Amino acid sequence: MSKLQLDPEVIARARRAAAAIADEAARFIEKRSTVAIERTVLRLLGLDGVDADGVPLPNVVIEHVQAQGRLAEGVVRPVVNAVLQTGWSVQTVGEAVAAGNLNLFAIEQAPEKEIRTRAEELAREALNRIRRNRERRDELLAAYGDQPKPYVYVIVATGNIYEDVVQARAAARQGADIIAVIRSTGQSLLDYVPFGPTTEGFGGTFATQANFQIMRQALDQVGAELGRYIRLCNYCSGLCMPEIAAMGAFERLDVMLNDALYGILFRDINMQRTLVDQNFSRMINACAGVIINTGEDNYLTTADAVEAAHTVLASQFINEQLALSAGLKEEQMGLGHAFEMNPEIEDGFLLEIAQAQLAREIFPNAPLKYMPPTKHMTGNIFRGHVQDTLFNLAGIMTGQGIQLLGMMTEAIHTPLIHERQLAIEAARYVFNNARHLAGEIEFKADGMIARRAQQVLEQAADLLEEIEAIGLFQALSKGIFADVKRSMTGGKGLDGVFERADTYFNPIETLLRQELNLPGGKEGDA
Amino acid sequence: MKPDLARIRPYGDAMDDGIVQLSFSLPLPCGEEAKEAARQLAAQMGLSEPQVVHAQDLGEGFTFLVLYGNSRHTVDATKIRVVKPSTEHMGFDEINQFIRDKIGRTIVVLGACTGTDAHTVGIDAIMNMKGYAGEYGLERYPMIEAHNLGAQVDNEDLLAKAIELNADAILVSQVVTQKDVHLPNLTRLVDLLEAEGIRSKVVLVCGGPRISHELALELGYDAGFGPGTLAPEVATFIVQEMVERMRKTV
Repeated sequence: MSKLQLDPEVIARARRAAAAIADEAARFIEKRSTVAIERTVLRLLGLDGVDADGVPLPNVVIEHVQAQGRLAEGVVRPVVNAVLQTGWSVQTVGEAVAAGNLNLFAIEQAPEKEIRTRAEELAREALNRIRRNRERRDELLAAYGDQPKPYVYVIVATGNIYEDVVQARAAARQGADIIAVIRSTGQSLLDYVPFGPTTEGFGGTFATQANFQIMRQALDQVGAELGRYIRLCNYCSGLCMPEIAAMGAFERLDVMLNDALYGILFRDINMQRTLVDQNFSRMINACAGVIINTGEDNYLTTADAVEAAHTVLASQFINEQLALSAGLKEEQMGLGHAFEMNPEIEDGFLLEIAQAQLAREIFPNAPLKYMPPTKHMTGNIFRGHVQDTLFNLAGIMTGQGIQLLGMMTEAIHTPLIHERQLAIEAARYVFNNARHLAGEIEFKADGMIARRAQQVLEQAADLLEEIEAIGLFQALSKGIFADVKRSMTGGKGLDGVFERADTYFNPIETLLRQELNLPGGKEGDA
Repeated sequence: MKPDLARIRPYGDAMDDGIVQLSFSLPLPCGEEAKEAARQLAAQMGLSEPQVVHAQDLGEGFTFLVLYGNSRHTVDATKIRVVKPSTEHMGFDEINQFIRDKIGRTIVVLGACTGTDAHTVGIDAIMNMKGYAGEYGLERYPMIEAHNLGAQVDNEDLLAKAIELNADAILVSQVVTQKDVHLPNLTRLVDLLEAEGIRSKVVLVCGGPRISHELALELGYDAGFGPGTLAPEVATFIVQEMVERMRKTV
């Protein structure tokens, strides 16, 4: 029952348009792959490590295949053929290529059937490994019981994974449910994933598989002591989106920032590259049981939160449809939005409630990710703490899923150890004191909140139909989202996108599609 | 009661009481020892009668403390000299008129967040059409051709763009930095502009939470703006500096 008297017909109209937009994107995506996807496939088949110059082996092997003009067929066939011919593991084959001792295209070719059989075995092993992690999470959650929503989400960002561990363990004891390790600034633009534990970063810590593992173990330990499952979050975005998804699936990350459009808008990554990459990364996240977080909150750091409210909702609709086409369940869609209205606006809190409740009603099963004020934080930490308190109240009274806690020192520095404590203490106070407020509230049928929500929904539906008419690519180049304009061939990473040859072979994708009940899961129709 | 400007102390609720509030964490388990350590630290910071009003266990052997104390130190406010850009700034209409009258053409301003910094809040507040806190950004100024290059712009790309567009001014924003990585990044741009021989042709300005005017001058910039700066302040500096240079070269 809608507290905002939303018209189901308008919601359906918006969703229909978003589905059409996502379908157009899906038709574009299915014909293409990227260097990042092929590197991901290698990682899932068991390749890891770096060469003598510190270059990750997945990059080395892809460059080897690319240099011989054979990447359009996919990387799996030549690598698995080498496994069959040499009797080595995928790792040893990769090392031999890196050492210059093996040319994947100068060895005998095994029959296609044998290659496919072996490749599918390897792919199945990878998916089994991911499934075991998913089962382990479910076991731990069943043993401890899950926490009430909104989950309390805080960040650590020291640059040093071992220092992050200290801060994360303290945050868990203070009451955090989700720990996000902020990435070193600039990592999203690296076309490779750094290797090994790292102790130097800028504004955050490099996302590496070793760092994932170190933090996972630390949180499991402290969680066992506290009798709570502490979720771990990282950033599945940038030029290595699908690789990070694979590494996260191997190390049992629980939450991933994974937006379909964010990289295009805010990192100037090429739109073709991002759309193709996000699809594969989301299939892996879907299979791993990861909750994705989308990045609509970022729109409001550049555009105005009152005027651009409908673009946030429109993007949530598109993110939802793109997520469905990658096999994510609604329960895994942490659609994003933010408390970013100017605190000087009269009745601004009412507008914030309208937006938060609107998202809640339109995406009833999604663990919505609610972001705190950032744009209007001033350095007056005392006022900031109050702004965050109103944000927390809006969160509990509209049933948000994940509350990314604001820090009073936002815009000054990355959080200090006690700033996290103060934020968690304040949030727990508000959540506990107003735990069942949402169930007690009804909004006036023709009141400001309901009318505002209806208006935003109407505008979002109109915008989605406009985008449907011109197409998503054209909409991005017109600056419809976040006032940012991007072109089809501009931005970083376009040279890593290629059209699939008729002989393209990717058994990981086929298996993922089977597992997720997506079209193309049967042999030959991928 | 009037303050003694030669001997300024913090004010709580009575002149010269020196009251200071501070909070910090110590890597000690929560308890009397941690409180005593905090008191001793505050005393060494020059606070008399330090009181710990709150101590909280943060876990992992850390304690958060809130203290009050009275500062024993004073400052001579009559001797303070602060380097800052021009104190008075013009408004939107005034700036556009100033450009029409004194420069006689639209001016080109480039803005960017350089290096690895991905945080555009600062540069957006200055450049974007909508602006911030009721002040339009430079894109809205009819006499300014503003180009916001966004985040993570390489110094080399910024230089190339400045040459291509014949920029009159360059604004560099640095928001999130760690271990002072913004400093070499800022000086690198100065070096590049000098190597190309165009440093003297552009008004070079930087801004961000860790930037002061004094620091900017040290790094070889013409001005630096801290947090809370609005577009007209930056625009005023740019146009006055341009006119000043024109006057000198005539």
